[in-house]
Amino acid sequence: MRRIIAVLIENESGALSRVLGLFAQRGYNIETLTVAPTDDATLSRITLTTLGDTQRIEQITKQLNKLIEVVKVVDLCEDDHIEREIMLIKVRAEGSERAELKRTADVFRGQIVDVTPRTYTVQLTGPTAKLDAFVRAMEVGTIVEVVRSGVSGIGRGDKALTI
Amino acid sequence: MELLSGGDMLIRALQDEGVEYIFGYPGGSALHIYDAIFRQQKVDHILVRHEQAATHMADGYARATGKPGVVLVTSGPGATNAITGIATAHMDSVPMVVISGQVPSDLIGTDAFQETDMIGISRPVVKHSFLVTSLEDIPEIIKKAFFIATSGRPGPVVIDVPKDVTDPATTAPYNYPATVDMRSYRPSQRGHTGQIKKAARALLNAKRPVIYSGGGVVLGDGSEPLRSLARRLGFPVTNTLMGLGAFPGNDPQFLGMLGMHGTYQANMAMHHADLILAIGARFDDRVTNNPSKFCPDATVVHVDVDPASIAKIVTADIPIVGPVLPVLKELDAQVEALLADNPGAQDSEALADWSRRIDGWREEHGLNHHLASEGAEPIMPQRVIQSLYRVTGGNAYVTSDVGQHQMFAAQYYHFPEPRRWINSGGLGTMGFGLPSAMGVQMAFPDATVACVTGEGSFMMNAQEMSTCLQYGLPIKIVCLNNQALGMVKQWQDMQYGGRHSQSTYSDSLPDFKTLAEAYGHVGIRVDSADDLDAAMEETFSPANASKLVLLDVGVDPREHVYPMAIKGGSMRDMVLSRSEAT
Repeated sequence: MRRIIAVLIENESGALSRVLGLFAQRGYNIETLTVAPTDDATLSRITLTTLGDTQRIEQITKQLNKLIEVVKVVDLCEDDHIEREIMLIKVRAEGSERAELKRTADVFRGQIVDVTPRTYTVQLTGPTAKLDAFVRAMEVGTIVEVVRSGVSGIGRGDKALTI
Repeated sequence: MELLSGGDMLIRALQDEGVEYIFGYPGGSALHIYDAIFRQQKVDHILVRHEQAATHMADGYARATGKPGVVLVTSGPGATNAITGIATAHMDSVPMVVISGQVPSDLIGTDAFQETDMIGISRPVVKHSFLVTSLEDIPEIIKKAFFIATSGRPGPVVIDVPKDVTDPATTAPYNYPATVDMRSYRPSQRGHTGQIKKAARALLNAKRPVIYSGGGVVLGDGSEPLRSLARRLGFPVTNTLMGLGAFPGNDPQFLGMLGMHGTYQANMAMHHADLILAIGARFDDRVTNNPSKFCPDATVVHVDVDPASIAKIVTADIPIVGPVLPVLKELDAQVEALLADNPGAQDSEALADWSRRIDGWREEHGLNHHLASEGAEPIMPQRVIQSLYRVTGGNAYVTSDVGQHQMFAAQYYHFPEPRRWINSGGLGTMGFGLPSAMGVQMAFPDATVACVTGEGSFMMNAQEMSTCLQYGLPIKIVCLNNQALGMVKQWQDMQYGGRHSQSTYSDSLPDFKTLAEAYGHVGIRVDSADDLDAAMEETFSPANASKLVLLDVGVDPREHVYPMAIKGGSMRDMVLSRSEAT
């Protein structure tokens, strides 16, 4: 089961390494990871996706909560939520491929953000599944480079993950 | 406000925290701090011979007193040598504050002389750590470190201090905070009343109950309410290796230790129980054996201050997160109130029947069962512990190392009180016994402190006999010398067809009697069972009261620790002797 875990953590040096160390030490996997300060500069927000059954996810959240610098932990998948990831993908685009690629990017509501005579760079935002679908839609051998941000997520409705 | 250098601030903060002793070893990066120690009288520094011993000393001090142990080491090898002791304290949840010197800030990251990333290398084995980046932060960091080390589930905290921060040439205002509040760390103060009520009702309905109490009851000072609750309910009690002493070892309701080398009756009772009250215990693999076969009929009530310990291995039917002391008090009061309302609430017939079954198990395969069948020669290791127990009247602080002797001590020394039995249960650190005994003796100079060890473990920190001479620590070392790594050999006997790979060294052992004498202490060697009691009495005689005595006992090298859990089985699956198994 894939889960999106959001962590509010003190914005201090070494705090992130404790989170990563915990995952390595206890054999939990991290599929994606994003981290940045929040509107409150003393706090960072980590969003990570991981795999595991209910018991494992419960252990992960408990162990995260045990870290002294962790302020709050939420499993976003427990409730309605929005997940987004951003992808920049550089694709070979020559001759007739250029028009075709432009159309495909439009279908996925992607934007072409850089152009050379031989490539397009497409920016795409959405849930992980949509980005995966776009990658699959590219013809074999045309992808030059892919960079993905990892998942960010937020709960729907009035509730908020704050201190 | 007073202006102090970083080195002076550190030591002043330790004074303000009420620290009596620092256990440590100096070196380049820590020299400013050591100079600050020299210029004051309030905190005593104990100079060990190896940094690992400093951490174990602080650990023994902490376990015996309940107060945090304090360690000071230098950077690089000083820091790495401390790691084993920090990990030992971490696994057994012992409050400890370790201050390590670090190379100057501007050299960090340059592979400077004696540089090691202490924060990085200690990270998986600490409760928390701090790198001091400016001397103004020192008072608050020390306050936080002690708060974190001693609250919630206790543990070691490392403070890494670059040398420039402690430079005597730079000063800043010193003001030690009276309290500390951390938004990200607020450990639970009490249990959930609704859950405790639920647990109280479950306890009264139990027909085959067992109280399974662990190290948390010792660390959390929950022994008194545990005894009160167990007696009120008339329930049998078993203690983990870490929990021994929380319930009196010679009490009729006591089943002995449970687990891999637990007593037959404790493991049988656990397996057949319909209710298990687990308190301050974490269902360690050395207790549960195969978790999928663990206690198939039991409702599990689990009390622990660490939520992550609950439902980690075994699902809890009634989880209670909170410190054991207030939770046990409240639980006991609830049970008392329910019994006052309805004195017949318990199924006394079922409980009497359960008690008879337990007595039956005790008689069938209790502790001395297979000892009785052995002759007087050579000395059985169990007999050494029995002799120690008799001669000390059961009132000694006993520390141990790791291996067969540790299990024999746990089985045969019946601890009347908590904090008397001090051993490395979680990490299983050989070399722990002597230095931890030294920490206990520092805390209680007039107490009888015995270190039960084996010749293998003892040699891992034997150099500390020198420290013992320097500080006049009259520890009694009882060495169960079987001329081999006994527990390794036992596993090789039982699981590897008797192939003793790298577990013997009998032709190269030192003469331990002479070794003790070389360090300025008393050595006694005994080989015959007939002389054992006299040698034990001599060891603890008034004439030796102020001396360290090493009693080297030649014990039967063939002996195994029984019972022993059968790998992959349930708790009732045990090897009981060389020829018997359940």
